[in-house]
Amino acid sequence: MSESALAGITEVTCPVQDPLLRPGNGNCGGCGMSSALQFLGRAMESRRLQVVIPASCAAVAVGPFPYSAMGVPTILTTFGSAPAVATGMSIAARLNGEDTRVVCWAGDGGTYDIGMASLSGAAERNEDILYVCYDNEIYGNTGGQRSSATPHGAATSNTPRGKVEQKKDVLGIMAAHRIPYAATVSLAHPADAIRKMRRALDLQGFRFLHVLAPCPTGWKSEPALGIELVRLAVRSGLFPVVEVVDGRKTTINVEPDFSEEALELYLSLQRRFQKSEIGAADLRPDIERHWRDLRARSGRIVPADREG
Amino acid sequence: MNGQLLSGNHAAAIGATLAGRANRTGRGFVSGVYPITPSTECMELLCNQEIEKGHVVRVESEHSAMAVCIGGAASGARTFTTSSSNGIAYMAENVVAAALLRLPVVMAAANRTLGPPWNVWADHGDTLMLRDSGWIQLYCADNQEVLDTLLCAFRLAEDRRILLPALVCQEAFVLSHTMERTIVPTQDQVDRFLPPLDLPARLDRTARVLGGISVPHVTEVHRAQHQAAMDRTWEVYREVQDEFEAVFGRRPADPVVPYRADDADVLVVSMGTIASTAERAVDEARARGIRLGSLRVRTFRPFPAALLAAAFRGRPRIAVIDRNVSLGFGGVLWGECRGLADPGAMVQGYMIGIGGGDVRPGHLLAIAEDAASRGSAGTPVMMEAGA
Repeated sequence: MSESALAGITEVTCPVQDPLLRPGNGNCGGCGMSSALQFLGRAMESRRLQVVIPASCAAVAVGPFPYSAMGVPTILTTFGSAPAVATGMSIAARLNGEDTRVVCWAGDGGTYDIGMASLSGAAERNEDILYVCYDNEIYGNTGGQRSSATPHGAATSNTPRGKVEQKKDVLGIMAAHRIPYAATVSLAHPADAIRKMRRALDLQGFRFLHVLAPCPTGWKSEPALGIELVRLAVRSGLFPVVEVVDGRKTTINVEPDFSEEALELYLSLQRRFQKSEIGAADLRPDIERHWRDLRARSGRIVPADREG
Repeated sequence: MNGQLLSGNHAAAIGATLAGRANRTGRGFVSGVYPITPSTECMELLCNQEIEKGHVVRVESEHSAMAVCIGGAASGARTFTTSSSNGIAYMAENVVAAALLRLPVVMAAANRTLGPPWNVWADHGDTLMLRDSGWIQLYCADNQEVLDTLLCAFRLAEDRRILLPALVCQEAFVLSHTMERTIVPTQDQVDRFLPPLDLPARLDRTARVLGGISVPHVTEVHRAQHQAAMDRTWEVYREVQDEFEAVFGRRPADPVVPYRADDADVLVVSMGTIASTAERAVDEARARGIRLGSLRVRTFRPFPAALLAAAFRGRPRIAVIDRNVSLGFGGVLWGECRGLADPGAMVQGYMIGIGGGDVRPGHLLAIAEDAASRGSAGTPVMMEAGA
């Protein structure tokens, strides 16, 4: 820090990098997406980033014209277009020999639902893009409607008794595109998270990161408990922390304890699961089935009695 | 005269290729394309060109085709796409976005009937649906005009006084698949005419945001700026005409093209290739002693209201011909022209060639006859051109 006195005015210059998510943004307290952006800001270091944000809470977080809560060049796009807009940007960067890392920062609505076609298209073409889905399991920006990322049993403003359907396996969908890198990111495991973000930033081709992003407003949970909820989701096996290279090499990064306690606590700390009265016993079969698939794909030996 | 036999689609693709290469000293050329009849051949030819510092992305939808152009343009590249009909409808959200972000994307449209039921033939309804989208819209009457207008469109779109996307429209099959002798300029000529794009406030290293949240007052200011940019198109276009003529030796047509209009008892007003047919009909009518005249509206957005009002002055009977229908209203061009004639003049709307019906000189003569015999204007007339 250097200071110089100019006729009573103190000019302060601070030799720190502009943060990726600047103070004064409009996100709710306890917003998991804010934490995830701060993680990315930590991971990016001196890399040159450009961010593409489709309609979402993140778009609102950027703030009103002419201000910006983002510390890097950012474009806000239509809801379903982030991967295609990023395609144009990354190609322009390549044509001009620039080392710009183009990052899509999209919610689950923009990823699982309205953006799925352009996401799949960009992944199939293996565009040089890092796509991050911050998954708050809800259309947060419009006030909390169900998306195809909303888990079974969670009440939303348009599924008041709890969603009937299962959450889509978006990592499986993206891995099936055989992209260079697809991974899930836990905000409760920062070392793993930053490592994955750096790896994803530095790889070429299409990279996909899936971040479970607690939304206190939509999940009806305590803002201070967000990271703890992610930890419980990981411990219980509900949110597997994995990475998939080239669509085939699957690595499990965090081994859950699959405890009943973690799953019950995860559900009971969020009022969105109250109406449906969904319990750990209702979720357990799906968790087990998903983990059998994961272990089979990761090449670990699957116990014979758990086959099927 | 020299020239090659080219379809409208190929004229557009060659124009886009030349324009793309001309930006090799700038930030290059980026295009997103998706096939749809009848604009497919334009994207096919473009995908077969070698474009130095250029890349054409074969995307998964028209919506993404325009999105790729948005991303490329925001990064300062020259951008182009092409589409038709339902492709344009599917793309529409990003068409609007490109305009509101003030990005100089150029699109060649092969005007086709919206469906279903599926109809691949000509109708202006697809691009006119985007009347209020904030794009410059230029309508062509032959393939040379398609190529020339495309080059002019890049100049208009990228001019710092304008910075708006531009649509170059040609009718399905009538131009898109019809071969005409077309003079293809050299790369050197296009390089002289089209300087590299230097987009202000492009996405670079500065932490600026494109498309941030707007409160009402900010939107008011942005729309006023957008409108002012549209208004500046006229003066910029005159410069573009002069420079085009200096480089290529032929002059692009004016925003409104009159044909034997000065003394016309009946004036027909139309867009695109129907105007070419109208000019034939004018000659036939004049040979029979009927004073018929024609006006071709080439620039639909911005709308040449002052030019049309001047051309309408003293003309008692005006027949406005639309190859489109705004259902529940009438022809779109007729709606725009109604208020521009002298007080007491008769302005009658006719819709013909809807869904691609072949509009012939006889149809135009019948319209002229009807317009001449009317005491006053009535509701718009929907005519059948047949196959």
